[in-house]
Amino acid sequence: MSTAPVQPIPLPADWRDFWSLTKPRVMSLVIFTGLCGLLAAPRGAHPINPVIGFTAILCIAIGAGGAAALNMWWEADLDAKMKRTANRALPAGRMDRTVARDFGIALAVGSVLVMGLGVGLLASAILAFSIFYYAVIYTIWLKPRTPQNIVIGGGAGAFPPMIGWIAATGDITLMPVLLFAIIFFWTPPHFWALALFVETDYAAAGIPMMPVVAGHRSTRRQILIYAVLLLPIALAPFLLGLTHWLYGLSALLLGAAFLILSLRVATFRTPANDADMCAEKRLFAFSIVYLFALFGALVADRFILG
Amino acid sequence: MTELDPNAERQRIIKGRNRVLALVLFGLAVLFFAITIVKKIP
Repeated sequence: MSTAPVQPIPLPADWRDFWSLTKPRVMSLVIFTGLCGLLAAPRGAHPINPVIGFTAILCIAIGAGGAAALNMWWEADLDAKMKRTANRALPAGRMDRTVARDFGIALAVGSVLVMGLGVGLLASAILAFSIFYYAVIYTIWLKPRTPQNIVIGGGAGAFPPMIGWIAATGDITLMPVLLFAIIFFWTPPHFWALALFVETDYAAAGIPMMPVVAGHRSTRRQILIYAVLLLPIALAPFLLGLTHWLYGLSALLLGAAFLILSLRVATFRTPANDADMCAEKRLFAFSIVYLFALFGALVADRFILG
Repeated sequence: MTELDPNAERQRIIKGRNRVLALVLFGLAVLFFAITIVKKIP
């Protein structure tokens, strides 16, 4: 008879652990930008039915949740090495990795199928590509290999307003491409500001984030370059006559504030502000406000001024 | 402080998961029903 000690059977993962796999905070930004894309689209002779609009946003959210779960499945070992992520369901051992993978695949496939059947094939195809882009191109391929991971991978987060727009119109025009470009150019300064003050975590996990590979000075300079590029891109919808003054003024004011905060990150460095990273934390926090406010202004512009 | 009974805890977690799953499935059924009706309207 065996005398080996009986191992207690681990508890099953709670539904909250499954919910956390979908990265709800990131999902809220995805839902918001997707909804803005849908609402800012021209209503035309056949405006989108509210049920179909709701389905489109739900599919965008579930697809993003599936991509996030696949990201956590792939990065469970890296997450265990970082203070910020060590308590997530997988690194903390509350959930089996294969469960997270299957959950992610189920959400991704389900969202693409429902989008295709309920909303439209073009929106569904772009949703499928955006999930593939985030889970495979960004998470598996680029993130562990190049400090430009955020620049190219940021494209994954830029798809939701484009999908929202296409769900409403069934067509790709210049405006959804500009919405894509705004988030694409917004992503590097947003993430690099974060990477500057959590750099030790990324270094411990061996992720080649820009501050780890190129150093603080180069990262700060690149933050400023992207902030400079973001201003005309965010203004482009107004300058090209695709929106009214409300959006144009908002883009100008928000872009100017973004630029000033990026300037403070890139220049006027002293040992004191190098230590407390106050400017970086402020830029990171403002970058989130920036995106919410800019897309909010886009919708307000469409609804108030037509 | 009382120690949690692992079996009771396991049952509680499974019950919670089943409830959430039932809610999600019910929501999806309602959604599919609504989509079908909307698509039928010319």
